[in-house]
Amino acid sequence: MRDFADLFTALDSTTSTKAKTEALAGYLSAAASADRLWCVALLSGRRPKRTVTATRLREWAAERAGLPLWLFEESYSVVGDLAETIGLVLPPASKYDDRPLSDWIKTIQALQTQDDTTKKPAILTAWDTLDGSERFVFNKLLTGGFRVGVSQKLMTRALALATAQDEAALAHRLMGGWTPDTTTWEALIEAPDPQADLSRPYPFQLAYGLEHPPQELGPPQDWLVEHKWDGIRAQLIRRGGQMFIWSRGEELMTDRFPDLAPVLDHVPDGTVIDGELLAWDFAADQPLPFAALQKRIGRKTVPKTVLRDAPVVLRAYDVLEFEGADLRENTLRHRRKHLNFINTLPSDIPLRLSRGLEGTWEDHAATRAAARDAQAEGLMIKRLDAPYVGGRHKGDWWKWKLDPLTVDAVMIYAQAGHGRRANLYTDYTFACWKGNELVPFTKAYSGLTDAEFRDITKWVRKNTLERFGPVRRVPPELVFEIAFEGIQASSRHKSGLALRFPRMARWRRDKPAAEANTHADLLEMLDQYG
Amino acid sequence: MVLTLKPQGLYCPAGDFFIDPWRPVDRALITHAHSDHARPGHKRYLATPLTKAVMRHRLGDLTCQTINYATKQKIGDATVSYHPAGHVPGSAQIRVEVGGEVWVVSGDYKTTDDGLSTPFEPVRCHGFITECTFGLPIFRWTPEDQLRADITAWWQRCAAEGKIAILGAYALGKAQRLMAGLNPDLGPILTHGAVEATNQVLREHGITLPDTCVVTKDTDRKAYPGALVIAPPAALGSAWARKFGPRAEAFASGWMALRGVRRRRALSTGFIVSDHADWPGLLEAIQATGAEKVLATHGYTATFSKYLDTLGYDAGILETEFTGEDADPEADPEKIAS
Repeated sequence: MRDFADLFTALDSTTSTKAKTEALAGYLSAAASADRLWCVALLSGRRPKRTVTATRLREWAAERAGLPLWLFEESYSVVGDLAETIGLVLPPASKYDDRPLSDWIKTIQALQTQDDTTKKPAILTAWDTLDGSERFVFNKLLTGGFRVGVSQKLMTRALALATAQDEAALAHRLMGGWTPDTTTWEALIEAPDPQADLSRPYPFQLAYGLEHPPQELGPPQDWLVEHKWDGIRAQLIRRGGQMFIWSRGEELMTDRFPDLAPVLDHVPDGTVIDGELLAWDFAADQPLPFAALQKRIGRKTVPKTVLRDAPVVLRAYDVLEFEGADLRENTLRHRRKHLNFINTLPSDIPLRLSRGLEGTWEDHAATRAAARDAQAEGLMIKRLDAPYVGGRHKGDWWKWKLDPLTVDAVMIYAQAGHGRRANLYTDYTFACWKGNELVPFTKAYSGLTDAEFRDITKWVRKNTLERFGPVRRVPPELVFEIAFEGIQASSRHKSGLALRFPRMARWRRDKPAAEANTHADLLEMLDQYG
Repeated sequence: MVLTLKPQGLYCPAGDFFIDPWRPVDRALITHAHSDHARPGHKRYLATPLTKAVMRHRLGDLTCQTINYATKQKIGDATVSYHPAGHVPGSAQIRVEVGGEVWVVSGDYKTTDDGLSTPFEPVRCHGFITECTFGLPIFRWTPEDQLRADITAWWQRCAAEGKIAILGAYALGKAQRLMAGLNPDLGPILTHGAVEATNQVLREHGITLPDTCVVTKDTDRKAYPGALVIAPPAALGSAWARKFGPRAEAFASGWMALRGVRRRRALSTGFIVSDHADWPGLLEAIQATGAEKVLATHGYTATFSKYLDTLGYDAGILETEFTGEDADPEADPEKIAS
C-alpha cells in the first residue's frame, strides 16, 4: 500500500489541479488492475463500509498507546479526525509489510462479519505493521471515512489520461451502482457495455453563483428563470420498466422515497428527469418548509408517520433522456418541451413542473426578493440555447440566491477549533437579549478571517471567566453579525428556535453588546420565515 | 510563596524580581530572548551572555547583568541560578530558592539535543513551572538525524527540479539549528536578513554555523541555482519569496504533525520540528525534576495538568501571556519586518 499512501500524500498536500491530475494519472497507469480499480472506487465515494465502531477503535488505540480514554478524546478534539488521532498516538510500528491496497481492503472486508474478539488482534497487528500515511489510510478505510480532495471531474480526467479514453464517456461509465466486488477493471473501464446498467444516471450539471447584475446576461427572453427550490437535487430514471432515484452525491435513493413509486406508470420508458425532491403540501399544492424534508434526510427506512407528514414530490426542471433518446446535446428550450406532459398528470401523482417565470430582470428581482414566501432559496437562471453539460460549467447556469437573514449576537462561550484550527478559538456560542438575560441561540465557527480569529483568540485567552473542559466562558462583550439561511422552531434548544447554516458575516467592533438583537426580534423572524 | 502571579508577570516577593514579565518592571530575570519572554522597557535585566547579546540586538540598549549557567546569585532573600533549557542558544531555566524551598521556571525547553543549544539539564526542585505548548500525546518529534535526512532530500529534489528551496523557520534558534544540520557542499545557503542578523550575533559568541549568504535588495536572486533559503515563516508566500522565481516552500514547525494545519498552509512540504518539548519529552523532563508541584503555562494547560494529576503530581495551571509556537507563520512571535 506504500504506493497508494504516497499517492494520497501527494494529492493531500497540493492544491494544484495539474499536480493532482499528474499524480493520479501516474498511479492509474502503473498500479495493478485490482489496486487501480479500488483507487477509482475510493475516489468516487465507493468506500468499504465501516468495519469497527468508532468507540471500539478509540478504546483499542488508547489501550495500545497506554493512555486514559479521556486524554485520547481530548487529543481527538484537537486533531479533529479519528483515523489521524489513532495514527499519531500509537507507538511507531515494529515491523513493516508492503501488501497491496486491494489486499488490505480484502482483509478489512473479511473483518466486517467477524466479532470484536477477532477484529481486535487483527487491527492491532495491522497498526504495528503500518506507519505514517499508510496507517492513516488504513484507519480511514476501517472507519469508512476515506476521502481526499479530488473531484469526480479531476479523477475522470486523470483516468482519461491514463487510459487514453474519452473523458465524457468515462464519466458516464463510472456512474451507477458498481463496486470493485461486482466488476473488474477490464469490464468497467476497458470493455464496457453502455446498456449494462439500466440505472446509470448522467453527470449532473451544476451552477455558479451570479456575480454581476443579471442585466449583464442580456435579454431575459434568452434565459429560463425559475425558483431555486430548497430540497434535494435528484435524477429520476425510468428504464426497462424500473424506476431509480439518484442524489447529486450519486447515492441511489429509490428505497428512501417509496412515495414516488406511482410516477412509474406515468412516465414513458427511457426517461431521465433532473429535478428537486421537495416535501409537499398536497392540499395547498405547494412545498412544505425545508424542516419537513429534513426529517427524511439520512433516513434509510421511512416510517408511515413521516410518509404521511412529509410526502415528497419531484419538481422537474430538465429532461436528459426521453423515450430512449439522449437529449443532452439538445438545447434547454428543446428539452423542456418534453416535460409538458407533467401538467396533464392527475394531482396525486408526485411529479410537478418547475415553471419558468416571465418578465423583465426587474420583475425577476422582485420575485427573488419574495422567494422565501415561495419556500425557495432564490432564482435559477439557465440559458435556453445551451446543451446539458455535466459538472460545473461557467456561463449557462447561474444561481441567484437570496441574501441571508442576519442578526447581531453576543459571544458568550468560545472553544478551540480542531484540525487546521487546532490552536485558535474559532467555535463560538452566541446569545441574544431577553430582558437583562442572555439566551444562547446558535453556534457558529466560520466566516471570519484568520487574522480576526487570531485577535479573538488572544482576547479569549486574556478574558476567560470559567473553563468547562475545552470550552471557555467569556464576558459578553464581542458582537457579531450572524448570517443564516432559515429559521425554525425547535424544542431541543433553550431559545426555542434553530438556525440553518449560521455563520459569522462580520465582527461588529462598532457595536456594544447592549445593542445586540433580542429574543423577541428572533421570534418575529421565526413568525415571518419559519 | 516562592513565586506568585502579578499583573506584570511571575513575581518573587523574597527577591523582589519578576521572571519574563510582560509589563515593564524594575528587575526582570529573562529565560531566553524570544519576544514573548524578553520584552522591552524593564529597568534592569538579568540573563545569560548569549541571551543578553540577542536582546541587545533586538531591543536596543538595555541595562543587563549577565549570569553563567549554574552560578548561584543572591537577590534579596532569594538565591537564583540559570540552567540550560535546550530551547535556543543561551536559553535557560531559572532556579529560585527561598528558605529551602526550590522552584524552577522552565521558560521554553526541549529535551533533545539540537546540536547547537546547550542541552537541557533537569534541575531537582519542589515546584516546576513548565510550558506545555505541545502537551498532548499526538506530538512526537521526528528524530534529529531523520529530520536532517528529510530536509536534505527535499533540498536535493528541489535543486533537481530547478527550484529554489525556501525553508520557513523562526529567526532565532530554529533557523540556526536547521542550517547547522545541512551539508554546505550541496549548494549555497541563503538567508533572510532577520535570520542573518541572529547568525551574526551567535557567530560573534563563538557558535559555529555554516557559511551563509544574506539576501539584500541588491542580491541577484537568480544567480544561486540549487540554493536553499532560510527565512522567517512570515516570509513564506510573500512578495519577498516570489522574487526567487521557480521555488518550493516548506515550513518547519511542531504543528506540521497535524494534517489539518499542513493543509491550512497548502504548502507542499512540512517538517515536524520544534524547539519545544514533545509529549514524551515533557513527561520525561518533569519526572527528572523530582517536583511534587507542577504548574503548566502556555499550551494545552488544562488537559496536561489534568493528566499530571492522574500521574500523582499536584498539578495546576498558571495563566501567562507567553505564546509558545504558533501554527500560523503570520502570527510568528518572532516576526520581524524585512
